[in-house]
Amino acid sequence: MVTTTPVALPAEVRWHGRGGQGVVTASRLLATAALRGGFFPQSLPDFGAERSGAPIAAYTRVGDSPPTMRGPVTNPALVLILDPSLIGSVDVLEGVLPGAAVVVNSTRSPENERDRLGRSDIVICTIDGTAIGEELIGRPLPNVPMLGALLTVYPIVDLETMTDAVRAQLGEIFSERVVNGNIAALQRGNELARSVGQGGIQ
Amino acid sequence: MVDTRERAGIGVAGEPAASTAIAMNGGEAVAYALRQIEPEVVAAYPITPQTLIIEKFAEYCADGVVRTEYINVESEHAALSACVGASAAGARAVTATAGPGLALMFEMLGVTSGMRLPIVMHLCTRALSAPLNILGDHSDAMAMRETGWVMISGSNPQEAYDLAIVAQIVAEHPDVMLPCATMIDGFMVTHAVERVDVLPDDVVREYVGEYEPEMSLLVPGSEATYGALDFRDYYFEHRRQQEAALYAAQSVVEDALQRFGEISGRDHHILEPYMMDDAEVALVMMGSAEGQVHAAVNAARAAGLKAGALRIRLFRPFPVAAVAEALSGVRVVGVMDRAIGLGSADNPLLADVKAALWSRSDRPLARGFVYGLGGRVVTQGQMNQAFDELRSALETGEVGTDPTYLGLREVQDETVLGEGTTA
Repeated sequence: MVTTTPVALPAEVRWHGRGGQGVVTASRLLATAALRGGFFPQSLPDFGAERSGAPIAAYTRVGDSPPTMRGPVTNPALVLILDPSLIGSVDVLEGVLPGAAVVVNSTRSPENERDRLGRSDIVICTIDGTAIGEELIGRPLPNVPMLGALLTVYPIVDLETMTDAVRAQLGEIFSERVVNGNIAALQRGNELARSVGQGGIQ
Repeated sequence: MVDTRERAGIGVAGEPAASTAIAMNGGEAVAYALRQIEPEVVAAYPITPQTLIIEKFAEYCADGVVRTEYINVESEHAALSACVGASAAGARAVTATAGPGLALMFEMLGVTSGMRLPIVMHLCTRALSAPLNILGDHSDAMAMRETGWVMISGSNPQEAYDLAIVAQIVAEHPDVMLPCATMIDGFMVTHAVERVDVLPDDVVREYVGEYEPEMSLLVPGSEATYGALDFRDYYFEHRRQQEAALYAAQSVVEDALQRFGEISGRDHHILEPYMMDDAEVALVMMGSAEGQVHAAVNAARAAGLKAGALRIRLFRPFPVAAVAEALSGVRVVGVMDRAIGLGSADNPLLADVKAALWSRSDRPLARGFVYGLGGRVVTQGQMNQAFDELRSALETGEVGTDPTYLGLREVQDETVLGEGTTA
């Protein structure tokens, strides 16, 4: 069963991953897309003295007025887990209320991830973002495929707006070939995402 | 969907200029303003969390977008020294730093203000070592507060952009001729990507104008001497003139904010009151935690407490009369310090607020709070606790002498030695 989590504003999103996976970039891409969608976004990386491979988090807020809160998102309506090996070592579901959506970069089925996460009251979406990144970007980067996947369970902007945001933001620093690879990865992530559960914060 | 970039355009004659909405962080917002201002000299040494500003600005220089002379230096002391030389020679000079970088600049902070050089600094507030900490608090800014700089504090990326522009004309105003620092909170503002409405380049350039010093080392015919020896004869007089100029800066800042409001449509003041009209208790604060404080004001009001908040935007010169006026009618004031004044009678902001209120016969009770040191997460819950304490003081008529440490784990608590404290 594929269901969609209704997006209530202000929307609060939390990202978990490891340094080098593109967590900060993905959070910022979501903010850029939200701005293009007519919203007031905020993307806030949770930095320490980070290095490749260290667990890191980022937060995205989207509202219809300027954000006032600056700090961690404690009750996210959407969580993205870029590295499933964090499950168990980082409390990735901390503060996640029933009806929220969780997107996992995983080769497993959403039912299987639901069992591992031990939550049947949330929407679980899985996508093998690493494989998509390998194939279409040439690097095992799950971030942009996961942006495509999140839109299937948490349609905060449409795919076209997200595509424009990826083109604009990545186009500032990368070659056209890399940008096109990312856009293909975004669309592939959107197509291949699978999910299970009933959405809507209760 | 509507493209906000187009929708944000206003563009009516006599109205604020058409702005463009861009998603960027506070650091990039400052760099964007600097690109528009195009100072003749920028000298800076990279330090977290200021790096975002100078990386972006160095890119503008390398790409030939600006003609600024970007000076790579070996330290922050050298960065500000290079700016001093450039400014004394008549150039518009800008730097940026944070925390330990500011500490290394310390000697030159007083040299800059004493030589009356209108250098602008963007300070990305950061904790001071030791223990080593790269995250945000106001320890650095508080160490700078009596070095003769005008200091203006922002709370979000939009203000980081706005104040970077405003600071330029404050510093260079003939009645001021003093350095001006903007303070933006490390990470919570510098690294937060938000919608920032930027003005057209020509509007910013017209607002800041050309910097044409009356005298400088390189102006032909100018008889200026900078950094002269000055013993018993005139040091005292020069120091007093410097002090007078700093206090004169308040009205210049007010005018500059007013003029900026006319071109941008954004209404900034030296103080930002929130729900203060009938407030009996109020929290005074500075920086990026405004949202948490306002949320707690709303919660306290819903619970029947006449609560309010006052954010300080102009920190130096401290607007003594305006603060006293804004707090008139308040019976209990809480002051939020994001730094400890080690060994002082009071923490820095509390000391200023208390002094501003001292001459009033009906002065309120005042209570200190310390929060958010070293990037400790600031929550609405902490601010709710502060208002609970202000409510108790209102009822009992008594406040304690020691500050309350919001979000502090006590040493007896064994979790202090556990997770998250080893980095």
